[in-house]
Amino acid sequence: MQEILARFKDAQLGKVLLRRVREEAERAADVLGRLPVCMEVCGTHTMAISRAGLHGLLRDRVVLQSGPGCPVCVTDQADIDACLDLARRREVTLTTFGDLLRVPGSRGSLEEERAGGADVRVVYSPSDAVDLAAALPERQVVFVGVGFETTAPLVALSVREAATRGLTNYSVYPSHKLYPPALRALLLDPEVRLDAFLLPGHASTILGRRRLNFIAAEHGVPGAIAGFEPLDVLSALLEILRQLAGRRAEVVNTYPRLVREEGNPVAVAIMAEVFTPSRAAWRGLGELPGSGLEFKGQWVAHDAIRRFQVERVVTRPRRGCLCGEILRGKVKPFDCGHFGRTCTPVSPLGPCMVSSEGACAAYYRYERTG
Amino acid sequence: MCLGVPGKVVEILEPSRWAVVEIPGVRRRVGTALVGEVRLGEYLMIHAGYAIEKLDAEQAAQSLELWEAMAGAGDPGQV
Repeated sequence: MQEILARFKDAQLGKVLLRRVREEAERAADVLGRLPVCMEVCGTHTMAISRAGLHGLLRDRVVLQSGPGCPVCVTDQADIDACLDLARRREVTLTTFGDLLRVPGSRGSLEEERAGGADVRVVYSPSDAVDLAAALPERQVVFVGVGFETTAPLVALSVREAATRGLTNYSVYPSHKLYPPALRALLLDPEVRLDAFLLPGHASTILGRRRLNFIAAEHGVPGAIAGFEPLDVLSALLEILRQLAGRRAEVVNTYPRLVREEGNPVAVAIMAEVFTPSRAAWRGLGELPGSGLEFKGQWVAHDAIRRFQVERVVTRPRRGCLCGEILRGKVKPFDCGHFGRTCTPVSPLGPCMVSSEGACAAYYRYERTG
Repeated sequence: MCLGVPGKVVEILEPSRWAVVEIPGVRRRVGTALVGEVRLGEYLMIHAGYAIEKLDAEQAAQSLELWEAMAGAGDPGQV
């Protein structure tokens, strides 16, 4: 298996696929009368595309646009502020994935709270946060639940694990997002022009291919579920460009070594046991019905919003930060006046520059020339 | 959006709950509740300390064969 997986990075095969992608993009451009616009929804794809240098290799044939698939980036400022409030409580140990630490809220970041004495800890997994709650019975351990369908089932498992172990000092600030409603919003947005989707490999591992059919069936837009190696990305691009050239629209699974037609039913079931879909605020996209997850039934006892009476206060984002527009695929990082000048990974103005999966961070690291 | 790393099952701690996987250079305990029974030597996709799905070796080989056939044939009509 290790040898098979290594072959997904094969440079020789990559060159052949790249040539085919360029040919097919030209045919698609002939049909459309302009360059095709393909959106990679997932932040890990944004990083993979930049790392493989695909923007430069395809610039004259296809527009690759980043979308709203970096979990930290789409987290609304009001949620960041709510987490800052939680971190300030003396009884709270706030646990989070590392990416969130430096995202600026309207008044500072979790990193700054930590420097000021708050107990903020980075964990690799929600299960580490549960272990911490067991080790610190006198503390209230709160996990910040950001992430898409890939992450939400693990957080649901962590809550069940805490309940099984009788831990009453573990709770979650629920800020998960479901990605299909965001695609629907983009497809209905008259300001957003896109021709096809490169669909997330791991969120779709949970959801399965069939739940994504609406993209083609209802909106007439092609989509390909893609893996994350360069060959995966190229073969998915080839698939959607062939569809555009042939005036077809289907949702195709080009990541069959992991993604199944019906997804992962166990993961879908645990998510449905603990959470129910809710209205959620996205940076850039605003409030979208059914695009978030809130606790349901007995599990509301683990809701940090309820436990600590947290209030979400809506504030204005930083002036001039185009993160919201970048997440909708309206502009590219280079179009922002702050990019690379007043906003860098060392001193970021917005989350797209903070997160390792953010479009601005990817462009800063890989796409700057001269 | 959701970084995943393939890991090989090298030890089963609690069936259908916890296993140890080897990700080149690192061994780590991961939750396996979402993927059911796992066998030694199987490959799992790991995200944030949990396996989200098993990797299908046969499907992986088929994808590669498809692309390699295309590269060999050089026929733009075949993918």
